[in-house]
Amino acid sequence: MRPQTSDDPQTRTMTLEAFADTIIPGEKRSSDDRAIAGAAPGGGAVAAGALELLEWDATGVSGGLDDFARALNTHAQAHTAEFGLPTDDTVPPFVALSYEERSAVVKRLTAPGHPEKALWVSLALFCNMSYDSAAHMSTADAIAAGHPGLTSMGVTTPDADGLWRFPNFSYGRPLAALHPDTTASGSPA
Amino acid sequence: MTSVERTDVLIVGTGFGGAIAAYHLAAGGAKVVMLERGPWLGTDDFEHDYKLGSSYTRIFDFVVGDGMSTLGGNCVGGGSVVYFAAMPRAPRFVFDRKGSIARRMWPSAITRDTLDPWYDRVAESIPITQQGWEDASYSGGLWAAACNHAGRTANPVPAAVDTTKCTNCNWMMAGCRFEAKQSLLFNYLPAALAHGAEIKPLHEVQKISKNEDGDYRVHYLRVDDEDYRETTGSGTIDAKIVVIAAGAAATPVILQRSEATLGPMPHAVGRYFSGNGERLNTAVLNEDRVRDVLGLDRGDGLAYAANQIGKGPTVANWDRLDGSLPEYSRYSLEQLYFPPGLGTILALTGGADPSWFGPDKKEMLARWRSWLIIFQMIEDDNEGVFGPPPERGNADRLSQQMLGIGRLSYKPTLNTSAAWAMADADVKDILERDGLATVTPWTNDLVGAYTVHPLASCRIGDDPHTSALDDGHELRGHPGIFVTDGSAVPGALTVNPAMTISALAERAIPGIVRAAQERGVAVTYGAPAPSGATNGRAGVQPLIPALLRK
Repeated sequence: MRPQTSDDPQTRTMTLEAFADTIIPGEKRSSDDRAIAGAAPGGGAVAAGALELLEWDATGVSGGLDDFARALNTHAQAHTAEFGLPTDDTVPPFVALSYEERSAVVKRLTAPGHPEKALWVSLALFCNMSYDSAAHMSTADAIAAGHPGLTSMGVTTPDADGLWRFPNFSYGRPLAALHPDTTASGSPA
Repeated sequence: MTSVERTDVLIVGTGFGGAIAAYHLAAGGAKVVMLERGPWLGTDDFEHDYKLGSSYTRIFDFVVGDGMSTLGGNCVGGGSVVYFAAMPRAPRFVFDRKGSIARRMWPSAITRDTLDPWYDRVAESIPITQQGWEDASYSGGLWAAACNHAGRTANPVPAAVDTTKCTNCNWMMAGCRFEAKQSLLFNYLPAALAHGAEIKPLHEVQKISKNEDGDYRVHYLRVDDEDYRETTGSGTIDAKIVVIAAGAAATPVILQRSEATLGPMPHAVGRYFSGNGERLNTAVLNEDRVRDVLGLDRGDGLAYAANQIGKGPTVANWDRLDGSLPEYSRYSLEQLYFPPGLGTILALTGGADPSWFGPDKKEMLARWRSWLIIFQMIEDDNEGVFGPPPERGNADRLSQQMLGIGRLSYKPTLNTSAAWAMADADVKDILERDGLATVTPWTNDLVGAYTVHPLASCRIGDDPHTSALDDGHELRGHPGIFVTDGSAVPGALTVNPAMTISALAERAIPGIVRAAQERGVAVTYGAPAPSGATNGRAGVQPLIPALLRK
């Protein structure tokens, strides 16, 4: 049965997960996973905790998530109609789209000149942050827990006190000639 | 009711412009109060953590505008606490720039020669290391080697970093946990406090009005220390002299909002904003080519893979800083680090259909360790304009910290766009040679262009129509109000601006002292450097009579 409104928690969650998965895609959690399109191997923004971050009131977007989900599904319906795409009433309209079609919708909503651009960019920003910096949890904890984004990016493990130190940091030799007009204090002339 | 709070000098902001003014005026005998919208954090508060609510988001502000987003400090110490501490002087030709007004935009009294003694004064006050190649991070060394391979030069960048304490953790934007970065928390600010200056954090100045006796009244809101969207009270302080140094993204907003109470502002308040011509490129390096073509090896089996390691920018290419070249074709190309959180979303994938999101972007992120970020500083056209102020502060805050929507509009002119395109092509030429890397610019489509060095929104000049301040930094038509932050700098500098902002602030002090004296404040000019050193003071002495000539 198709959920009727975006206020339905399941509809809202699936829709937002599908949006986050469009920004940083990941692999499906199970064979019947519809929200995650499965467009890339490994965990994506959803596995990284995008929903946790979006739901945190510190972001300033949590209060608007119902509206985001509802609007996204409205845009998806319009997109489906415009391009004559097949419909699927068992899931929310945005979730029903293929990864490529979800991308096309996101591209349109975040393009210069779109009246709602700022809203969708802010939503995308937090989805990206959940992956590239795990902004919903302590960084050291995230690395220790094998956070998919930080792990994939190769962010190293901090020292025991939670601080990073790199004793080896330099090739340690001259690698170019200095500009001929450099002053004694090392500035441009 | 409490009695009206009064001071001789009220300073808005505690970054370079505010701290330098506070120190000299307090040391000279004036009663000084500083209002800072952000919190007051010390060394032990600076965390290595991207979690919202950590020091990274408490002290750093990202304001999205229409066509331009600005990043800046939001704490006691301002930009000096979050910046990457590069402290080059501006090249000589910068002071002869004409920019969008087709005549020299700097006051006639300021040239590199007349500013050098003030630069020296700053250099004596903020310890600046002339870095050597042994200080250059892997990413700086890589940039140098690539420049060299392309027949270019490259320079280690002078920086306010004590390299003996630096751990190359690359967390400078969250505040330095190791006291290596020589922020204002270690020089001007403690010296100002020692002379009796007072700092009030979490006090966000909204506007200024004038009392019948000619003093100014500064109106502030108190900001919640965790959720900056919330305020917890309000108040006013009366002062004979007001120094505004809230940063180029906030100073003009305070003045715009004060227009109703102070009367008309100069035309240039909130106009001529410059993003210092900034733009970023991301190179994703081919590690094998780095080894084979450039001969680089870390000694641990890796050629590079060191994006995370370092201390911000350590090496710059200055080949285009040549005064014989036409304006808008001169720029520097500086190796930089930009942390995750805000530092990956704008990077574009390569190929026929570049994208900031999706499967290819995810693959690009998987090679994050092999990223090299190059920072362009071109000459832009001062095309930024501030719209009417928001309800409070300089933005409608979206998140509890860090993220807000401001009123700055910036539509790059053909000059600016062409300069960025030229610099993009140059970076590509250097880094894509012999298959070293794939280079793409950051997109300007999401949050517009962006700058970590907002400038010129309330600038000095000789022409009242195109400058808000006279060459002594006094606000035209409003005697006793001075502006000493990046908004006073006339235009893009082609290098990192902190050194020039500071030198201009130092140069403004004798005039501010005299204005205070004229309003009956017992204050003198002539404090040594915060450390007690006096060479800088002696160096500027011959310049002061001309500065004070009206």
